[in-house]
Amino acid sequence: MSTTTLEQIVAPSALNGKHEDRTPVIEVRDVTKVYKMGTVEVHALRGVSLRIYPGELVAIMGPSGSGKSTLMNILGCLDQPTSGTYRLDGVDVEKLNDDQLAEIRNKKIGFVFQSFNLLPRTSAIDNVEQPLIYAGVPARERRERAKVALEAVGLGNRLHHHPNELSGGQQQRVAIARALVNNPALILADEPTGNLDSKSGAEVMCIFQRLNMEKGITVVFVTHDPRIAQHTRRIIRIADGQIVGDEPVLEPLIACSDRVLQL
Amino acid sequence: MLLTELVRLALRALSANKLRAFLTTLGISIGIAAVIALLAIGTGVQEYINQQFASAGTNLIGILPGRIQRGGPPGGFGQSSVLTLSDYRAVVNGVPGIVAHAADFTSVGNFAFGSRTSQVQVSGVTPSFAQVRNWNAARGRFIEESDNTSRARVVALGTTVVKDLFEPNEDPIGQVVRINGVPFTVIGVMESKGASVFGDQDAIAFIPLFTAQERLFQRLAFARTGERVISTIYLQAASDEDRLFIQAAAREILREQHRLKPDDNDDFSIISQAELIETFGAVTSVLTIFLAAIAAISLLVGGIGIMNIMLVSVTERTREIGLRKAIGAKPAAILSQFLIESVVLSVIGGIAGIVIGIGGALSVSRFVDFSAVVRPEAVVLAVGFSVAVGVFFGIYPARRASRLNPIQALRYE
Ligand SMILES: Nc1ncnc2c1ncn2[C@@H]1O[C@H](COP(=O)(O)OP(=O)(O)O)[C@@H](O)[C@H]1O
Ligand SMILES: [Mg+2]
Repeated sequence: MSTTTLEQIVAPSALNGKHEDRTPVIEVRDVTKVYKMGTVEVHALRGVSLRIYPGELVAIMGPSGSGKSTLMNILGCLDQPTSGTYRLDGVDVEKLNDDQLAEIRNKKIGFVFQSFNLLPRTSAIDNVEQPLIYAGVPARERRERAKVALEAVGLGNRLHHHPNELSGGQQQRVAIARALVNNPALILADEPTGNLDSKSGAEVMCIFQRLNMEKGITVVFVTHDPRIAQHTRRIIRIADGQIVGDEPVLEPLIACSDRVLQL
Repeated sequence: MLLTELVRLALRALSANKLRAFLTTLGISIGIAAVIALLAIGTGVQEYINQQFASAGTNLIGILPGRIQRGGPPGGFGQSSVLTLSDYRAVVNGVPGIVAHAADFTSVGNFAFGSRTSQVQVSGVTPSFAQVRNWNAARGRFIEESDNTSRARVVALGTTVVKDLFEPNEDPIGQVVRINGVPFTVIGVMESKGASVFGDQDAIAFIPLFTAQERLFQRLAFARTGERVISTIYLQAASDEDRLFIQAAAREILREQHRLKPDDNDDFSIISQAELIETFGAVTSVLTIFLAAIAAISLLVGGIGIMNIMLVSVTERTREIGLRKAIGAKPAAILSQFLIESVVLSVIGGIAGIVIGIGGALSVSRFVDFSAVVRPEAVVLAVGFSVAVGVFFGIYPARRASRLNPIQALRYE
């Protein structure tokens, strides 16, 4: 497949010119994913091509079962495509071994889940420290950085709370702190607001917008909520394992306001 | 990832389920405690036996008639051959370097005093027996040379015989007891030697050798040739080197005395205290190792318990493993996390087991004659064993955890 075809399919026209000379953070070509369940084959992705450039804030939308999570898992180096290529920051992911993939998940990517996935019976600050343990950061520095990350998501006063002592929105913010504690270039979030009420959802969006604008972190997340998606500058639509739409948001909403969150 | 980090993770995970961790370590504790206690008691018994032998006199050589099976404990005597007084004289006169020597003729006697009776071993001995066997009269006196030459009917009693025949406040010395109906005057009471691995050492009485042979056991004490029969010849050497030389020289002389051809087997046995200690040492250490091995089986059971719990733990924490992988844990990090957890479990169990085992062995010591001896090697062995159990039974669950696919693990319900 030639570059021009790829551009036609995926490049957001509004940003097209701007990015031409830069390496995409995410460059996916013709990716398919087939799950084999006994004799039945489920085609979760049927040839997805996609480029996301540094500093973008992107929402992925699509009906349930359309392959959004499958795509996010591949983007997060948690799963491998059945065919096609995925280059992350110019590195061909399929050539990497388990240890190198672990390193990328640890240093380059922060992943946020719909169901938070915090360690139970473990304080917020200990949860946030976990990626730093695997990065080999010494204990004292870990504490400090975990504290800074929690403060950045507005939880400086909840360091020693356990997950069961926190609201859903607060738990998700702990999970975001954990995702950003190792200074990743890319944050991936699979329905981060799916389990949250609208106020908590707005708080999460505010954090994503600030991380994106102030720190230049590329943020890609999945959502079902059109209003949430309007907080980004680009919406990619998936249906039945294929990209069916990719358009810019001309006037993004701003999530951060005095009522939403004091950061 | 640092070891301290892993140990902290392991302790945290284990403390989340304290009762379960405790019950799991119990299996290891019991196994290690049993091994430690049995080794300590075995070592104690061995040292006790060594002491017993040593108290009988060091560098002591005993010559017995017949052949004792090599390496086995005493018991398999041949019957045809005997030792005689002329054998004794030949050895004593022919072998240089003997410090002291004695001979005895031993049989069983029925003792009677008034209406009280006792049946014990009677040894007719030469006076030097007391010195050679390091066994003296506590009261009165032992057999003397004049008793022997005059074939005196005098007896020195072991304390068990005294208890059997006399009231506690009665003085046995000067009393006349009957042995197989023959009257003997009590001249002494022996020191008590107590019970030993050979039984009650005090159930014995000493009379002069010639008295035994001529006035008590006439029918047993003379060979067909008319020579006086000797049960045991005792030789005392000055040193270990002398002992080996004396053993060899005595053997030469006895083979000559018995007119053995070069390829005939010895018809007598020369055993030394040192060899007895060795033989018994070998028997007790085999026994100790055997018991410890049986105890080690319970360690195996404990190890299977650990494996079981670790498998349950890996399954329960599938989502945690998925998350850890998602945030950058390498397979090796997951592997070590679970491996360390199982080693921590088994080592905690092992340390508890060592404490319980030592406590058990020491409390056993309070009820028996010997004291248990906990060797440092046994403790090191126990710790090493529990680490090995932890690694061996932990590796499979840990590998299973490290190989989980992160996505499937995160989806696990
Ligand atoms: N591990 C799996 N095994 C089999 N089928 C799967 C698996 N994961 C997802 N699928 C299937 O792939 C399709 C896409 O799933 P998913 O990516 O989770 O969709 P979405 O996140 O958009 O709801 C669905 O039909 C789903 O049933
Ligand atoms: Mg999904």
